Amino acid sequence: MIDTLVVDLSRWQFAATALYHFLFVPLTLGISFMIAAMETVYVTTGKEIYKEMTQFWGKLFLINFALGVATGLTMEFEFGTNWSFYSGFVGDIFGAPLAIEGLMAFFMESTFIGMMVFGWKRLSKGQHLLVTYLVAIGSNLSALWILVANGFMQDPQGAAFNPVTMRMELTNFGALIFNPDAQAKFVHTSIAGYVTAAIFVAGVSAWYMLRNRHMELARRSFRMAALFGVLATAGVITLGDALGFVGAHAQPTKLAAMEAMWQTEKAPAPFNLVAWPSQSEQKNVWSIQIPYVLTPLLTHTLTEVVPGVDQLEAQAAQRIKNGIPAVEALKALSKNPQDAAAMAQFKAHEKDLGYGFLVTRYSPDQDVSKATDADIARAAKDTIPEVSVIFWTFRIMVGLGLLMLAYFIYAAMLTVTNKLELPQNRWFLKLAPWMIPVPFFACEMGWLVAEIGRQPWTVFGMLPTWMSASSHSVGYMVFSLIGFVSLYSIFIAVEMYLMVRAIKQGPEEHGTPSAPVSVQNRKPQPSLGGGFAPSPAAPMSAHKE
Amino acid sequence: MDLYFYLQLLWWLLLGILFVGLGTMVGMDMGVGTLLRFIGKTDNERRVMLNAIGPHWDGNQVWFILGGGAIFAAYPLIYATSFSGLYVVILLLLWSMIVRPLGFEYRSKIASPAWRNAWDWTLLLSGALPMIIFGAAMGNMLMGVPFHFQWDLRSVYTGSFITLFNPFSVLAGLLSLSLSVYMGAVMMMGRAPEPIAGRARAAASYAALAAIVLFAVLGVWVSMVNGYKIVNFPGAGVPQTPLQQTVEVVPGGWMSNYKNYPILWAVPLLGFAGMFFGWLSVRANKHTLAWWLGAVMWIGVIGTIGVSMFPFLMPSSSNPSQSLTLWNAISSETTLLWMTGWALVFVPIIFWYTSWAFYVMRGKVDPNEVEHDSHAY
Repeated sequence: MIDTLVVDLSRWQFAATALYHFLFVPLTLGISFMIAAMETVYVTTGKEIYKEMTQFWGKLFLINFALGVATGLTMEFEFGTNWSFYSGFVGDIFGAPLAIEGLMAFFMESTFIGMMVFGWKRLSKGQHLLVTYLVAIGSNLSALWILVANGFMQDPQGAAFNPVTMRMELTNFGALIFNPDAQAKFVHTSIAGYVTAAIFVAGVSAWYMLRNRHMELARRSFRMAALFGVLATAGVITLGDALGFVGAHAQPTKLAAMEAMWQTEKAPAPFNLVAWPSQSEQKNVWSIQIPYVLTPLLTHTLTEVVPGVDQLEAQAAQRIKNGIPAVEALKALSKNPQDAAAMAQFKAHEKDLGYGFLVTRYSPDQDVSKATDADIARAAKDTIPEVSVIFWTFRIMVGLGLLMLAYFIYAAMLTVTNKLELPQNRWFLKLAPWMIPVPFFACEMGWLVAEIGRQPWTVFGMLPTWMSASSHSVGYMVFSLIGFVSLYSIFIAVEMYLMVRAIKQGPEEHGTPSAPVSVQNRKPQPSLGGGFAPSPAAPMSAHKE
Repeated sequence: MDLYFYLQLLWWLLLGILFVGLGTMVGMDMGVGTLLRFIGKTDNERRVMLNAIGPHWDGNQVWFILGGGAIFAAYPLIYATSFSGLYVVILLLLWSMIVRPLGFEYRSKIASPAWRNAWDWTLLLSGALPMIIFGAAMGNMLMGVPFHFQWDLRSVYTGSFITLFNPFSVLAGLLSLSLSVYMGAVMMMGRAPEPIAGRARAAASYAALAAIVLFAVLGVWVSMVNGYKIVNFPGAGVPQTPLQQTVEVVPGGWMSNYKNYPILWAVPLLGFAGMFFGWLSVRANKHTLAWWLGAVMWIGVIGTIGVSMFPFLMPSSSNPSQSLTLWNAISSETTLLWMTGWALVFVPIIFWYTSWAFYVMRGKVDPNEVEHDSHAY
């Protein structure tokens, strides 16, 4: 039996390295497309300002990208180093999307990013634009394959356990990649990246506008970000709903935790707006409920019953009992794959194999045949993830999403009507830079909901987390955890320093003076308001006066 | 099953190609990193070197990442057992690899000499250390690693991390380092102006000679160590686990494939030929030819390890019967078939656009341009 402290440390390490990595990914996903859009305008209109924008945001993109690559490297190997049982158990399926990600997406993104940075003088305008698009498409395809892999952990489609090789094996590649969980999550996650990039670009642009610097670049970038942001935030919320809908069917335990539903209630069930869930008492100490809302929200019907914790736990206990003979049969098959009786017993119980594994840790001598009803009840309790954590991380994510939607709607209104720079709207420009951390935080919350909500499984219903970890010593784990955290913390400090420095320096302007002009001298100019390009008169005014 | 058997052989070959790709492409950048402070004397010279590989290092590094992904997909048990068993070493490898993107991207963003010096040392370390570890890991595979499996195929590593740095493996690490220095130096002969190119030539020539000596010493050593031999197993092309075979330890056993098929001697000879003619072509200042001969060296060296050990991939020194072989560590037929399809489509595309990128960036880096280009590293 592997030390539970080792499992916990392995989980902390994976969570830390994944969350660090996920600080850089969303911005890369979104800003790469925004840069491609800017360059498209440059190539089609020939206006130098758009080249300047492309290069300036490109510079910030690269500072972020370097850390995305660095922290991503770890992830590719961490399954093997720290989750070796998991890797052997599902590598036949899980490895494929990771390898395809390398072949199809990451190679493309990484090769062309070199061309994007160094190719300005050696490539034609059209070629360079193509390269920029390939970088953006490559990074988004990367996300697709990673989330296909993650989708398998959430809802293992297209695979079956093979008792001869003692592992899960791929049976249907199409089912693996068209897993609804993976598809909904890919769109939700990549659009969350677009939101992140939009807030980042809007925030930095507003910071320039407050100081009356690089006005031409800042106005156009802000407008583009605001319009991009409205669409993206609306998309994230829609897809989040779709993901919840898909998840409701694949992982009812996660859903019950997200909504703190301890008891199954008659449809249409009430919705807990806020609550104080207590895991040990299996109830909410207090809550504010809205009647009838939960059922239509989750199931898009008025009649479908959403199972609560009580019902899910009872189901799990049943499945654990049914899974125990599967584990016993597997042990016999491990010694002798030709054992026909064991094979028959395995086949009869195989769908609950994972639940059989679940009780192993509590069984005397790790022998499932000795498991008592009390052991089974304990294991069944484990199938409910930490409700308070999931309930709250989920609500914070949704709350921040709604906040960002309001922010972008207002930003778009101000910029389209050209009221952004009026003195009474200065507060909005001051707010914008402070909004930059919000999407990053929301993305991390989303990741926590998805992954903590999947517990106690690494592969939902098939492989318990505690079995998945490598058999390391506590000393090794402390060493590596400290190593990763300190190394990554230094990285973040360096990155933030360079990012702030690059923003303060601002873009290199080609020929136009960037001396500050006082705000009072400037009147807002009427604009045609179409697209994200303001009328030529408006941006030039700052320099003319 | 016939198809499964051929797929297994194909993926054994592809694993080799992957390592060769990693050695030539990643090794080249790592070599430049290792040489950064030795053949680049001034800040400008070092910037020229970094900018010469600047457009390519990121794409090249994907060979390393693809290596991880492909081993995961095609050899899940190798991925699981080797990376967890060699834990501390893999961590050192990862930690030294992950500071590299920052070294490239951040080094020249600030003009302070202390800042740049710190990143230069980082780049040096993150160039040399991963190549040494890569070679040492290969060395350990040849020597066998102490691990075994429980009934459910949970792998347990029973050695300590210090034993992974046994003398044989350290020498293997040095061989890998010298091949990488050779690749990096040859790249600098082509892409950097004088005086860097001249110093690179000397470095490449020494690296080729060092490789010849190390490869010869390691070859003699391998012929004397314990090899492994399958006595009994379910058969090639049959789904199985490592729990179902019997393996015996045979002194000098890594020579048996050569005894049975003398034609295999061509593989190590190819390695020596690559090194010798590589050395000659460096002396003759033919850097493109020298680069391709560097690829031949890697084919020779990786190929020698492969054919000596075939069908073993990761022998267990503590429980030889549970050794991982090409037959028992490989993925299912369905996975291999799909992965073959994806590889057939995308590997040619990757070769095509990688060559295009090298073609676009051809020629020597201009030291003046580096100083005045805001995009430069």
